[in-house]
Amino acid sequence: MADVAIPRAKPQMTEAGAWAQLKHNRNWLGFWFMVPAMVFLIFFLAYPLGLGIWLSFTDTRIGRVGHFIAFENYEWLWDDSIFWLSVFNTLLYTFVASAFKFGIGLYLALLLNEHMPFKAMLRAMVLIPFIVPTVLSALAFWWIFDSQFSIISWSLKQLGLINQNINFLGDTTWARICVIFANIWRGVPFVAITLLAGLQTVSPSLYEAATLDGATRWQNFRYITYPLLTPIIAVVMTFSVLFTFTDFQLIWAMTRGGPVNATHLMATLSYQRAIIAGQLGEGAAISSAMIPFLLAAIMVSWFGLQRRKWQQGESND
Amino acid sequence: MSSVQIRDVRKSFGNFEVLHGVTIPIEDGQFVVLVGPSGCGKSTLLRMLAGLENITSGTISIGDRVVNNVQPKERDIAMVFQNYALYPHMTVADNMGFSLKLRNASSDEINKRVKRAAEILALSPLLDRYPRQLSGGQRQRVAMGRAIVRDPQVFLFDEPLSNLDAKLRVAMRTEIKELHQRLKTTTVYVTHDQIEAMTMADKIVVMHDGIVEQMGTPLELYDKPDNQFVAGFIGSPAMNFLKGHVRVNGVATFEGPNGVKLPLKTAPAGSDGRPAVYGVRPEHFTIADDGAEAEIIVVEPTGSETQVFAKLGGEQVVAVFRERHQFNPGDKVRLKPEPSLVHLFDDATGKRMNA
Repeated sequence: MADVAIPRAKPQMTEAGAWAQLKHNRNWLGFWFMVPAMVFLIFFLAYPLGLGIWLSFTDTRIGRVGHFIAFENYEWLWDDSIFWLSVFNTLLYTFVASAFKFGIGLYLALLLNEHMPFKAMLRAMVLIPFIVPTVLSALAFWWIFDSQFSIISWSLKQLGLINQNINFLGDTTWARICVIFANIWRGVPFVAITLLAGLQTVSPSLYEAATLDGATRWQNFRYITYPLLTPIIAVVMTFSVLFTFTDFQLIWAMTRGGPVNATHLMATLSYQRAIIAGQLGEGAAISSAMIPFLLAAIMVSWFGLQRRKWQQGESND
Repeated sequence: MSSVQIRDVRKSFGNFEVLHGVTIPIEDGQFVVLVGPSGCGKSTLLRMLAGLENITSGTISIGDRVVNNVQPKERDIAMVFQNYALYPHMTVADNMGFSLKLRNASSDEINKRVKRAAEILALSPLLDRYPRQLSGGQRQRVAMGRAIVRDPQVFLFDEPLSNLDAKLRVAMRTEIKELHQRLKTTTVYVTHDQIEAMTMADKIVVMHDGIVEQMGTPLELYDKPDNQFVAGFIGSPAMNFLKGHVRVNGVATFEGPNGVKLPLKTAPAGSDGRPAVYGVRPEHFTIADDGAEAEIIVVEPTGSETQVFAKLGGEQVVAVFRERHQFNPGDKVRLKPEPSLVHLFDDATGKRMNA
């Protein structure tokens, strides 16, 4: 019996081996764990992105299948002064808002990192603008900056500083200032709380060591806090720039791009052309034109992050 | 280099007083170790000396100057932290030169002094590395280098060896002591490890619950502890304590637990019948025919010596022998404490009773 069983068992073992090996192959198993995420990303990210880029090369309109027209949409945009205005607006909006968000966010983070009464409550309060849905806060700002009922105009008039209402959202300069202000108000909590989290990872003994080494409070910030915070600053500012660059809700709820396109961003212009006017191809081209800018922003932070050798543990050069 | 005077210093956090009037004189060039269990206030005292904590009352002076209200950076002290507190974004050289840079020293001057400190500590090949790329012992040395470069009046060490493994700790202990012998800078060193205190200190200050229990040279503390706390804290294995009564019946003896008779050289006057604690160090037991009977529980040979745990009058004691006795668990032996080396403490106050 045993004599028979042994030669039989051998081929069986190798046969089962192939499947068993596969079952225990970590890469094979790992692949299946990745599938849900992959499907999700392909359907909700890669596919729409690809479709958008493809649409930008066609003359598709709502209700009409388009034809491939190569770069014609882009050629149109090249000569479109409104498109260039929106590019300028977007850059202005992004740079000014991001700079203020960084400054105010860092200031708030440093402030909230100090010991003070009601610290937890203050930290929670800082988050409020972030929690309120964008459209709601945009509506609030819409009223605050209303040409007739603006509380700012009313207050200034009561104080006797002005005689007439300021036409906040009707004047091109004022409109730009207002939407940027609203964006800053909304974006500061994200920067502040993230930087605060970064500040709290800095060991207090480093400040003590620096204090004993003779550092003033400013030098503590300049030589300890700021350099240790740069990795988080790079990440948070990249995100902040990306969110600001692609902002849509706030503008659409407050000004819809007006007055005279002064607050039209690329995102709002794209929506206006593609959905409202039905020119899907042209709208898609405007959207696609944002990609190089966004890539540039990511690259800056990527290379900024890579320079910091002190963070990488292993290399012994 | 400077002397340091700590006079009746108190510290409260809110209503909670953690230091109850501490006075410690420290001579110029002395290596003083503050030792005590966690929560005894030793680190707080060190931080007050550094200027990182306010002084509630009393005075601390460095040299001739009272520093109570002097900014940390004006005190001319350097501190080595338990977690080293190296700046992670600076190279070893920058870490060591940071304090000089803040003083606007010229880069030549910084280079020169960093180089010299690096040579003393054998850090020269590592000057361009970042703290992450260093081992624990190397980081420890950089932290010391940062202190040396300053050439301060006083070095402060806050449990600097507790993050190192046992072997490295022993090596660094010697290194720090050697460094002190070389630089002769006044040093205040905080630790909870009595062996570190014994091996390194010129003067040990034993602290407990915010007061100084005793200060003196390592051997003074070992040979003549003022009270039961110091007796139990200094020495490893710890001193054996047996509760009982002093009996003076022509000859002084100690009546231990369950009537065990233990020898006393002399009894303090008028102590007959007083409840007391009999203290004997493990190495002061000998095997003798007139000793008290004890039953061996565990035998732990370490090679150089053998630790024997035994029941004496129902209480567990530990004895250390350098001779190689053949002991087995369950054996009955006669343990005799050396009468001239016995310590006697008051049962109620814990104060030393014999001379």
